[in-house]
Amino acid sequence: MWLMYLNVFLVGGLICMIGQILLIKTNITSSRILVLFVVIGAILEALGLYEPIVNFAGAGALVPITGFGRSLAKGAVDAIKTQGFLGVFTGGLTATAGGIAAAVIFAYLFALIFNSRTKKY
Amino acid sequence: MIAKKCGKQSVKFSTPVKIISTYSIVGQKEGNGNFKDYFDYILKDDKFGEDTFEHAERKLIEHAIIHGIERAHLNIQDIDLMLAGDLLNQITSSSFTARKLNATFVGLYGACSTMAESLAVGACMVDGGFFKNVVCATGSHFSSAERQYRFPLELGNQRPPTSQWTVTGAGCAILSADGPNDCNKIYSATFGKVVDYGVTDVNNMGAAMAPAACSTLIAHFEDMHTKPEDYDLILTGDLGKLGSELLIDLMEHNGYKLGRNYSDCGQMMYNDNQKTFQGGSGAGCSASVLNSYVMRKLSEGSIKRVLFLATGALLSSTSAQQGDSIPGICHAVEIRRE
Amino acid sequence: MDDKELHEKYNAYVQAKIPKTKNFPSLFYSYLVGGLICMLGQGISDTLLAIFPSMTKDAASAWMLIGLIFLASFLTGLGVYDRIGVFAGAGSIVPITGFSNSIASPAIEYKKEGIIFGLCVKMFSVAGPVIVNGLAVSIIVGIIYMFL
Repeated sequence: MWLMYLNVFLVGGLICMIGQILLIKTNITSSRILVLFVVIGAILEALGLYEPIVNFAGAGALVPITGFGRSLAKGAVDAIKTQGFLGVFTGGLTATAGGIAAAVIFAYLFALIFNSRTKKY
Repeated sequence: MIAKKCGKQSVKFSTPVKIISTYSIVGQKEGNGNFKDYFDYILKDDKFGEDTFEHAERKLIEHAIIHGIERAHLNIQDIDLMLAGDLLNQITSSSFTARKLNATFVGLYGACSTMAESLAVGACMVDGGFFKNVVCATGSHFSSAERQYRFPLELGNQRPPTSQWTVTGAGCAILSADGPNDCNKIYSATFGKVVDYGVTDVNNMGAAMAPAACSTLIAHFEDMHTKPEDYDLILTGDLGKLGSELLIDLMEHNGYKLGRNYSDCGQMMYNDNQKTFQGGSGAGCSASVLNSYVMRKLSEGSIKRVLFLATGALLSSTSAQQGDSIPGICHAVEIRRE
Repeated sequence: MDDKELHEKYNAYVQAKIPKTKNFPSLFYSYLVGGLICMLGQGISDTLLAIFPSMTKDAASAWMLIGLIFLASFLTGLGVYDRIGVFAGAGSIVPITGFSNSIASPAIEYKKEGIIFGLCVKMFSVAGPVIVNGLAVSIIVGIIYMFL
């Protein structure tokens, strides 16, 4: 049980640190980092390489944005099994609908409540 | 007949143009920096009581101009011409200020070089005998610039180590053909060329602008037949730490040695604890430092001859996204005190 | 020396002049913060599973992600998330909370230009590419799977 948390920390942190290395070495924007990691996650999932990481590290592999890519790819593949070719189009977004809807609606809500502030440093 | 032109890019005024009053206003962060004792007004709230950052920037420029005019014991009606510019699209901060003040207005855009540009153009107007009192002003706001050129303020990204911090601030100088004899005067000005050395990194403005500063500086020395040692202070606008090191190297490459009399407003603006990396940038950077610290030092007599060069990067977010390199420009004015 | 050569020479010289930052602290902080966010996620889903024994593991993960997204939007609204980002870097960008931050921050920022044309239009200005590319890849993966 507690060993699982160590795995979560080690794997989750490692994925983030790879992002930080890219950020320092190539000076790319955060938007590009996110795109890159989603695509990598989807490809790893398609190759069957991401599931073992999820089993080993749980949230450590689900919380980083690569997990979002994994859900997109996994959703498409799962939906094809039940819906056939239609699943290619419905699967990805269905699997990630919760996350996207939450991100949109909470952003909407808090944008109505809060105002932006100047950065201090 | 071209009597006042001097060399290729410079003009020398037959009667030195008087700077009868100056005013500077800055934000909180700048107010905690190295020049905190010199600024005329330091904001307590970065929005200056307005609802948006763009409105706050407008109010900064307006505040600087109104108080500058007041300090010169003039009324707004006495001002013949207002020369101003800023960094926002279509220079709205300046033109909306002109609308409010009901001023005769010529809008300038030289990005961060606007202070030197407006002083140079204004001095020509006054010395040419066209206008008596000319207001030169510019300003910038960190948050409005960040919104327009970079990312939303709340986005949790890291600024690269070569980046600079846009100064929240505005400065105003009033030029006049009239006025007391013992004031700071503009003797000459050098207009710059647009120089582009192919730098494409939008987070490294210092490197993009340093060649422009070098070009204008050399033009000024050649046109005026002077040397760097002739000036008590050679002050660039917002090259930042890296940019000023590049400029020193570039000048040395061209046979001029910039010594201890060389400084950069952006580099001096913040102290090391403020984590701005390369220092300040933006139109308000050179405007606020020139109109506070430099003018005060001239008035006190501790320096007598200043060459003020403000540099600007003439890019837009569209040009940067389309992969164009960043052109730079730099204008210079020589300010003296007898 | 022609222009192109000069430009290349100048750019190379600038690159050499750029101050070298100490990479180690930022790598350490990104690891730490990223790892902690993931541990928080694991904690949420384990708690959910303990409270609702009938819940499936997938449902618990989905709720956990929604919870983290909520937390990140809220912290973005309070103006805290960007301060975490200053020292954590990718540690707070790469987790799903960074995705949430990249949707919430433009929404909050551009509210002043109106609800429809500011808030709603700009909401995806940072995160839009993530959804577009992610979806494209998932469709490609799906098509390949169909024909394999």
